Amino acid sequence: MSTDNNDFDGQRRAFLQVAGAVTVVAPGVTLIAAQASARPAGEPASAANRWGMLIDSTKCSPDCKACVTACKQEMGLVGHDRPRTDAQYIRKLEVSDPSTGMRHSLPVMCQHCAKPACVDVCPTGASMKRADGIVLVDRHICIGCRYCMMACPYKARSFTHEDQTDQKPYLPRGKGTVEACTMCVHRIDAGRQPACVEACQSSGGGAMLFGDLSDPSSEIAKRVSTETTTRIRGELGLDPGVRYQGI
Amino acid sequence: MRRVGLAILGIVAFAAAVLGGSATWADDGRPAFPVAKGGHCVDDIPVMRRNHFAFLYHQRDETLRLGIRGGKYSLKECVNCHAATGPDGKAIPVNAPGQFCQSCHEYAAVSIDCFSCHATTPDSAGAGKTAAR
Repeated sequence: MSTDNNDFDGQRRAFLQVAGAVTVVAPGVTLIAAQASARPAGEPASAANRWGMLIDSTKCSPDCKACVTACKQEMGLVGHDRPRTDAQYIRKLEVSDPSTGMRHSLPVMCQHCAKPACVDVCPTGASMKRADGIVLVDRHICIGCRYCMMACPYKARSFTHEDQTDQKPYLPRGKGTVEACTMCVHRIDAGRQPACVEACQSSGGGAMLFGDLSDPSSEIAKRVSTETTTRIRGELGLDPGVRYQGI
Repeated sequence: MRRVGLAILGIVAFAAAVLGGSATWADDGRPAFPVAKGGHCVDDIPVMRRNHFAFLYHQRDETLRLGIRGGKYSLKECVNCHAATGPDGKAIPVNAPGQFCQSCHEYAAVSIDCFSCHATTPDSAGAGKTAAR
């Protein structure tokens, strides 16, 4: 049964790749979002995918905040000049080795763990992992207890303290609930890349790579299988979907 | 003849309510609200009136938890069709007084919290067109 499904997925992927190529070639077509991985309407997220990121900290400059800016703009995050409580889905971290003086700059966001601690501790089931590995907050049933914020070793989640207006249609967010990086799930479902990765590649250092870790033909899968990569707090065994290089 | 006169009066009052934007009630005491943009709703109007919340309640879990996009019912599409445009060319929030959602909810004394999180106007940049529903 699973073999059949894999076969079907393979055929569909091949077809979509051809379709995507045709779309690019066809004159007058301006569909930027036409990528091979757009999921058809009505189809649920599949466990055959495992979305992940690979971040090369050697290409990440301490001065560059392209990913952070792009995230705030995409998600409509408005600050209130209160850095300790303002919502942040992605932040730049400066780390150094005191014994050698070696310094790194790297973006840290929700690591989309395969065994997420935030999901374990959630008393209502609001903190959840989608079939394709994306960890989300179901704000419909989030009671704002913030257990998940305490459980997360990556400090990835924020709490919405203020009433919100002018939210993005694709990212509902409101007072009294917890929120975090969604890996731009609305873009992924439309076959696009997360906003931070797009910004890093276009105006940043090209340090971020997004893709399907379960697809052996994807660039990210090829790179993690041939190059040394590490995960932050890997010893916790949470199996994050975000991997780093050069740290 | 009298009935025709009343009907015309009703239409005029309705149009005044729509164009004026301030009046919430038609002359028969029922809610008045802006007409949706073009086409027709995803389902029959009586069905939508009675069941839209159940449809959306079901769909929200499918979209968020299962990742099913492009379903028949979608709050985002409600807003896209039913948000009126003000004189300044900007969309009026659907939960503002007299607008599509709020006029009926007020009439039925329903208090919803959909719009404490969900956008009340279509995406101004048009990003909603390209983003998945």
